[in-house]
Amino acid sequence: MATLWFMIVAVMVAAYVVLDGFDLGAGVIYLGAARTPQERQTIMRAIGPVWDGNEVWLLAAGGTLYFAFPLLYASSFSGFYLPLMIVLWLLMLRGIGIELRAHMENPVWRGFFDVVFCLSSLLLTIFFGAALGNVVRGVPLAADGYFFEPLWTNFRVNQGIAGTNNGILDWYTVLTGVIALVTLTVHGSLYIAVKTEGDLNRRARAVALWAWPVQLFLTVIGLIATIYIRPTVLDNYKQHVIGFLIPAIVYGSLAVMIYAIRKGEGPAKEKLAFVASALYIVGMLVGAAFALYPVVLPASTDPARSLTIDNTAAGQHGLTVGLIWWILALILALGYFTVLFRMFKGKVRIEGEGY
Amino acid sequence: MDNALIVHRLHFAFTITFHYLFPQLTMGLAPLIVVLKTLGLRRNDETYHQAARFWARIFGINFVLGVVTGIPMEFQFGTNWSHFSRFAGGVIGQTLAMEGMFAFFLESAFLGLFLYGEKRLSPRAHWWSAVAVCLGSWLSGFFIIVTDAWMQHPVGYARAADGSVQLSSFWALVLNPWAWWQYAHNMSGAVITGSFVMASVGAFYLLWGKFVAHGRIFVRVGVLAGLIFSVLQLFPTGDGQGRMLAENQPVTLAAMEALFESQPGAPLVLIGQPNVDEKKIDNPLVIPNALSFLTYRAWTAQVKGLNAFPEDEWPSNIALLYFSYHIMVGLGTLFIAISVVAAFLLWRGKLFSSHWMLWILLLALPFPYIANTAGWITAEIGRQPWLVYSLMRTADGYSKTVSAGNGMFTLLGFMGMYMVLGILFLFLVRREIEQGPEAEGGSAH
Ligand code: HDD
Ligand code: HEM
Ligand code: HEM
Repeated sequence: MATLWFMIVAVMVAAYVVLDGFDLGAGVIYLGAARTPQERQTIMRAIGPVWDGNEVWLLAAGGTLYFAFPLLYASSFSGFYLPLMIVLWLLMLRGIGIELRAHMENPVWRGFFDVVFCLSSLLLTIFFGAALGNVVRGVPLAADGYFFEPLWTNFRVNQGIAGTNNGILDWYTVLTGVIALVTLTVHGSLYIAVKTEGDLNRRARAVALWAWPVQLFLTVIGLIATIYIRPTVLDNYKQHVIGFLIPAIVYGSLAVMIYAIRKGEGPAKEKLAFVASALYIVGMLVGAAFALYPVVLPASTDPARSLTIDNTAAGQHGLTVGLIWWILALILALGYFTVLFRMFKGKVRIEGEGY
Repeated sequence: MDNALIVHRLHFAFTITFHYLFPQLTMGLAPLIVVLKTLGLRRNDETYHQAARFWARIFGINFVLGVVTGIPMEFQFGTNWSHFSRFAGGVIGQTLAMEGMFAFFLESAFLGLFLYGEKRLSPRAHWWSAVAVCLGSWLSGFFIIVTDAWMQHPVGYARAADGSVQLSSFWALVLNPWAWWQYAHNMSGAVITGSFVMASVGAFYLLWGKFVAHGRIFVRVGVLAGLIFSVLQLFPTGDGQGRMLAENQPVTLAAMEALFESQPGAPLVLIGQPNVDEKKIDNPLVIPNALSFLTYRAWTAQVKGLNAFPEDEWPSNIALLYFSYHIMVGLGTLFIAISVVAAFLLWRGKLFSSHWMLWILLLALPFPYIANTAGWITAEIGRQPWLVYSLMRTADGYSKTVSAGNGMFTLLGFMGMYMVLGILFLFLVRREIEQGPEAEGGSAH
């Protein structure tokens, strides 16, 4: 049962990153790729109707984590107190950036919120990547299952007596932050390419084309760094050879991406590139989850203190009942979003009402 | 008292109080917008559609603020109240996750269609999108109230070996009688906010002499809904809440009424200041025997006073509790008075020319917000010193690893951020009201 909920939470996190990832990425390239007011309007319309729904995946994943693994939620949220609060502020700024910008035509008003939107998107991708890096690297858990990490100490990994001096940001987590930034930049560009035409479409594809080699390079470096700081990540792969499918998917989707991007314009190719990018993200996240399982928060102090799905899961009755309503709710949610994405499908054009 | 404890309590109190300023209007306005749209479809009258679109624009701005201030709430159970989350997550994680999965998905999916899809959808489909948004916001309120009600009156749980509580009966949690009284009372309070805001804007247009046709619709719908829900607020819902308290939290009730001594035929204090040191009320104005009657339906019933309970179980801030409760009830009485008079004038066809009444409606705008906030302060302070009533003390629930300094840093951060948000909100809403219901578009991205 706990394993099932582990997979559910992992899938929800992946859904969040794939979905909100494209509007975060669109935010990153927003100022650079969209030069005229019309082009900015186009990007806003491409993400306007869907970004809030995408962000709800974060809330739903957080709620589900709380429900299924209360101790994990309690320990990690209080331990990552400062970065989470910064993430909250960035999410707030980004939300009002997107929504309030539209309410006035004034160029000063719009210019201000344009910058707010772009910067908050960019910083968020880095923080999310660093958060994932922290989970992979491990945190200084105390015997009671709690910890507290400052934002940074000296940027070295596993410093102090058995990693008690770790900070949120060190060279490894900064690296994962940058990987997330590049990945989501590509992802967002590919989404904008799908949704737009003309100059904007061309520039978005150019961004993806330029960023792709960086993404490939960082994927390789990231893998090496991860194995260097935490050799045990390979254990699950060695035990279940089928796990090596995951890196195959990751690199395979990178290959499909560059193939589709280089083929140039056209809805089919643009969609293929976007789907490949989504697959890449899923592969990276599933790969990390697979490597950690059954640990959910490794201790850098003493492996015996690591939080696992078994010592953090909620009671049996709750988890069983939860399965029933969770499936029901998911079917409903998929229904709404199918309707929504159908209504707003196709390229965005500036004329007409609304988004 | 531990410093960090105070910071974490202030942190939560500040952020939740600010958050709730927005959902109460969302939940209150949503059904009224459905009413306007229904009238528009039935009578085939463009004025009603314009009215609905105008309120949808206000709703949209309000909703954004609700969303961005709501996200920190979800996180704070873990960041600031982690020992509580570890203890109670097996139960309340259930309802909080359901809120995300059922309510937020529904709301966020249909909000876009509702706000920006009118041209793409048929009128009937657009009406349904308004209903879906309304349903989503009311579901959201329901799950959050079930959560809070469990903290007030824990049910359906069992102790696990590690001392935490785990769900033992899903239906007991969802059918908690406390939750249903609280939900009814709270939602009715939200509709009061929605209707008074609508009536206030309508009165403003009538007094201004602009958008008069719309102003009349707003005043009519606002006053009628206000009347119905102001009455429901007192009876049966407020009364029901009071009796839940008498049964399950008698010490809280005694503190709310500042009843220091147990006595038969207890009086109801209308005005007076509790003097906790000397255990009496200063400057009292009372109705003899009324409290006994209201709680137990018998004029001479024995009501337990604070002296019947050990002092370490008394709510920790009796004066604030007493005042917030009296402010809520006092304003509730005022709302009934205002809406009865306004509805009477409406019935006689004199309301739109009675400038004094329009002025009262206009100026009543902030009071439902104050009443709702005071009501929540009553509920939350009244629960003290417990975080989960009779199971966990507030002093045991906060995040022990997060120091007072770190908490203060983020509390000040939120204060600054929310001040900016509040200013932006007022600025944008003022602009919408000034442009009026005939303005088209407005929020094209
Ligand atoms: C417009 C807002 C409003 C108004 C006019 C009233 N209330 Fe209220 N009241 C609320 C808004 C509210 C609330 C915000 O919705 C609360 C806070 C928690 C809750 O469930 O509802 C609440 C709680 C609440 C409680 C529970 C406190 C606790 O749990 O400790 C009681 C006993 C009452 N109310 C009673 C009344 C009575 C007798 C009223 C007389 C008219 C009244 N309320 C008016
Ligand atoms: C419905 C969901 C709610 C839940 C689950 C909830 C839960 C909590 C928690 C965990 C605390 C901190 C512990 C404490 O100091 O008591 C708290 C305190 C508080 N809450 Fe709530 N709350 C809810 C709604 C509200 C609302 C809507 C308001 C006000 C508008 C509110 C007002 C307060 C206040 C003022 C405090 C501070 C109490 C004190 O410091 O003594 N709460 N609540
Ligand atoms: C501690 C308690 C609370 C938490 C954790 C919380 C959480 C949230 C979150 C995360 C959102 C944003 C949802 C989105 O993205 O669509 C939100 C909005 C909302 N919340 Fe709260 N909330 C709390 C208290 C309350 C209370 C007491 C009520 C009402 C009784 C309420 C009603 C709503 C509603 C109706 C919305 C929809 C947006 C809006 O109305 O502005 N919430 N809340």
